[in-house]
Amino acid sequence: MNKFSRWFSKNLIRIYAVVGFTYLFIPIVYTFVFSFNNYVKSNLVWRGFTFNNWKNPCGVLDICPALGNSIKIGLIATTGATILGTLIAFALGRYAFKGRGIVNTLIFLPMATPELVLGASLLTMFLNFGFNPGFWTIVIAHIMFCISFVVVTVKARIASLDPRLEQAAMDLYANEGETFRRITLPLVAPGIAGAALLAFSLSFDDFIITNFNSGTTITFPLYVYTHAERGLPAQANVIGVSMFMLALIIVLAGQFVGRKRKTTA
Amino acid sequence: MSDASTSAKGDLQLKNITKTYGDFNAVDDLTLTIPEGSFFALLGPSGCGKTTTLRMIAGLDEPTTGSIYIGSTDITYEKPYRRPVNTVFQNYALFPHLTIFENVAFGLRRRGIKDVKEQVDKVLQLVELPHLAERKPTQLSGGQQQRIAVARAIVNRPALLLLDEPLGALDLKLRRQMQIELKWIQTEVGLTFVHVTHDQEEAMTMADTIAVMNEGRIEQMGTPADLYDNPKTAFVANFLGQSNLIQGTVVDTEGENLVVDLFGQKVRVQKNRSVAKDSSVLFGIRPEKIRIQADSHTQSGCVLEGGTISDVSYIGVSTQYQVEMPWGQELMVFEQNDDGIPPLDKGDRVKLSWEPIFSFALNGHEDATAGSEVNPEEE
Repeated sequence: MNKFSRWFSKNLIRIYAVVGFTYLFIPIVYTFVFSFNNYVKSNLVWRGFTFNNWKNPCGVLDICPALGNSIKIGLIATTGATILGTLIAFALGRYAFKGRGIVNTLIFLPMATPELVLGASLLTMFLNFGFNPGFWTIVIAHIMFCISFVVVTVKARIASLDPRLEQAAMDLYANEGETFRRITLPLVAPGIAGAALLAFSLSFDDFIITNFNSGTTITFPLYVYTHAERGLPAQANVIGVSMFMLALIIVLAGQFVGRKRKTTA
Repeated sequence: MSDASTSAKGDLQLKNITKTYGDFNAVDDLTLTIPEGSFFALLGPSGCGKTTTLRMIAGLDEPTTGSIYIGSTDITYEKPYRRPVNTVFQNYALFPHLTIFENVAFGLRRRGIKDVKEQVDKVLQLVELPHLAERKPTQLSGGQQQRIAVARAIVNRPALLLLDEPLGALDLKLRRQMQIELKWIQTEVGLTFVHVTHDQEEAMTMADTIAVMNEGRIEQMGTPADLYDNPKTAFVANFLGQSNLIQGTVVDTEGENLVVDLFGQKVRVQKNRSVAKDSSVLFGIRPEKIRIQADSHTQSGCVLEGGTISDVSYIGVSTQYQVEMPWGQELMVFEQNDDGIPPLDKGDRVKLSWEPIFSFALNGHEDATAGSEVNPEEE
C-alpha cells in the first residue's frame, strides 16, 4: 500500500495528463473511427469497416459544394480580416492618436457579444439595406468577427517587438519603407500567420452567424447541422478528420520550421 | 547616396541644444564641439541628458531648439538614414531574423553597394569573428554580439560613431577587455567616436576627452587626467573617483598659495587651483593623496590633526580608512600596501598629511555631496 501511494504521488502529474488528453481526444478518435463505418442512412451504429467513405468523400449529394463554399468563404474572409486587422494592430500598437483607448475597447466588443445577437442584427441590417443574404453577406459577417481576433494576435506580436530594431535600421540608412519591409514585417510575420490560421478556422467553423446570413448558400457547418437530424453521412466524418489532419500538419510544420530556424544557421 | 548630408565630414558641433519634455529640460542649452577623429565621452548619471543628446545626434530625436552640424553641414532635422552617423545601441539591437553577415551588410546594401562581401569580411576580421558570419544573433554570446554591433556600424565608415552604454550588459572582466578593444578599433579606423556612459572608469580608460554631464548641462570638459586632478565643481570631484571636500574659509595669501582655515586648522592650496568666488571654499583632497600616520609622528606638508580611525577595509592593493575628524566629518584615506607596515587599527588616533600641490579648492557655496549620492550602476 505504501509502495503504491508513493508510486501514485510520484506519477500524479503523468496520470493527470493521460486522463486530460484522453478526455480531449476521445471525440476526435470517435469521429476518426466512424469515418470508416459501413453506415446505412445514419452513422450512429457501427456496421463494419470500409474504405468506401474515404474513397468517395463527395459521394453524398451537396456535401462537396458545401465544403467548397466554406473553403472559399474562409479564404476570402481570412485575407480580408488579416489585412484589415494587421493594419489596425499597427495603428493601435505603434501610434498614439486621439481615441486609441476607445478603439482598443471597441475592438474587443465583437468577441464579447453573443453570436446569436451578432447574427440576428447583421441579418436585420442586410435586409434593411436591401441586400439578399447569400455568399457575400456571409463573407462580410465573417470578416467582421475575425478582425478582432487578428488585431489581438498581431498586436501582441508588435508589442513584443523592440523599437530599437527599427531605429537601428533607420540608423543604417534604411528609409521608412525599407525599414518596414526588411525589419518590421519579417519580425511580425509569425504573428500575422498565426492570426490568419485562427481567422480561417473561426470562419470555417462558424455556424450561428452564418445560419442567419446565408440565404440559400450552404456551408459545411450548415450542411452538418441540417443533416444531423436525418442521419449524417460518414463522409462528413471523412471531411472533418481531413481538416483536423491538415491543421495538425500545418502546426507541426510551423514548429519544425521554427525550430530549424533556431538551431541551424 | 551622395548628397551633402551623408558625405559630410568634419567636427561635430552642437549649438545651444535644448530638449524639453513638458516642463522638464532633458538637455539645457548645450554647446559642444567634438573634434574629428577624437574619442569623446559623455559621462553622467542616469537622467543627466546624455542619451537624449546622443539620440539627437543620431536623428532619433529632434532638439526643441538649437542646431547640430557636422563640419559645415546642418543635420539638425535630417532623417536618421540621411546622416553620416551610425550607432551602437545599448542592447546591440541586432536584427534577429538576419545572419551576422546580413546584419553587418545591412547598411552597405541600403546605400546601394552591390559587392558587400569584401568589406563585410574585412570588418568581421577586425572584430575577430569571421567564423560566425552565417550564425544568427541569438547564437552569439553577449561579448560577440557587442563586437558585431560595432562591426555593423563601422563597416559604413560614418563620420561619427555613437556608442550608447555599449558595455553595460557585459560582465566586469569582459567589459575591461572590450574597453581596450574599442579603443584599439578607434585608433585603427580613425573615426570620431562619441561614447555615452555612466561608468567613470570606462570613460577614463577609453576617451581622449570627457564631458561630465549633470541635469542637462555640461559640468566640465577635459582630458581624464585634467578632470580628475582639477575638478571645477563638487559634482565632478565626487562623480569622477572620490573626494574629501571640507568646508573652509580663505584667511590669508602666501605667495602662490591661499591659506585656508578648516575648523581651526590651517592648510594651503595653490591659487591657480582654486575656483572659489569669495573666501568661502570647499577644500578638496583625493583619498589616495593623503598619508595617514599615528599621532606621534611628525609630518611635512599640510597636516590635519585629531583624527580617529572609525573604519578599516583591507582590499589587497590598498587599505581604505574612514577617519573621523574633530568636527565630526568622516574623511576617506586610501593607503597603498607597499611599505610592509601593518595597517592601523580602528580607534587609533591619527594625523593626516599631503603635499599642498595635490589639493584644490571649489566654490564654498556648493553642495559638498553633489554627485556622490548618485548610484552610477542604477539605470
